[in-house]
Amino acid sequence: MDIKVNVRELNGERNISVVDLNGEIDVYTSPKVKETIMELIDSGHYALVINLENVRYIDSTGLGVLIGGLKRVREHSGAVNLVCTNPQIKKIFDITGLVKIFGIFDTEETACENL
Amino acid sequence: MREPLDLHPAADEEVNVVELRIPSRAEWVGVARLAVAGIASRLQFSIEDIEDLKLAVAEACTNCIQHASGSEAVRISCAIHPDRIVVTVQDSGKGFAGGGLAPKELGEPKVGGLGVFLIRSLMDDVDYELNPDSGTKLSMTKFLRN
Repeated sequence: MDIKVNVRELNGERNISVVDLNGEIDVYTSPKVKETIMELIDSGHYALVINLENVRYIDSTGLGVLIGGLKRVREHSGAVNLVCTNPQIKKIFDITGLVKIFGIFDTEETACENL
Repeated sequence: MREPLDLHPAADEEVNVVELRIPSRAEWVGVARLAVAGIASRLQFSIEDIEDLKLAVAEACTNCIQHASGSEAVRISCAIHPDRIVVTVQDSGKGFAGGGLAPKELGEPKVGGLGVFLIRSLMDDVDYELNPDSGTKLSMTKFLRN
């Protein structure tokens, strides 16, 4: 039960930052995810793609971190898109209504294109 | 493929119960959800239902940890019935924020308050008791589907 967090910079027109998450996001691991995302935003990165393809589990604390990140980038007219293909995780976004506030895409490419 | 679970003939709740006590700390929530997933798997719940149970139990434990008054343990009890599992999560704290259960309809999503909403959405029946002396007790039922 751990999470690996990696940040990549895509040097295109929009300077998109991709946050790769690998593992499980819960009450124990979400502070690490939050720290990374907030540091990224505080250093001026407001176009984020958060890749959840390798996330096996997410709970409400993980969702809270994503919502917090979205709120923070919106203060700077930024945006967050998610990459997610896991049906169980998509179901959680559906149930909570978060599909309406996040752009959720099947591939990183489409998530970046639609940012 | 495992054989269907052979419940004790008495089908007594006190007999067909698996209990777990974890420290009231975030790093133990994963252990609780995996333990309950193992029990649900043994009862031949579907993978989707097991995932629902894992998340609901984790949310209940997280609530206990975030709102408990200190170092008390969180108690997780799984009562096994032929047609359902009843998971009870109990602490000695002051109760979940806001008291009672969140409404079924979720309005504007925000950072807090999602946990109890998820529990209600993922489980078939949820019962909540808040006792100032003994703490918070959340019972969640999931029925086996044919």
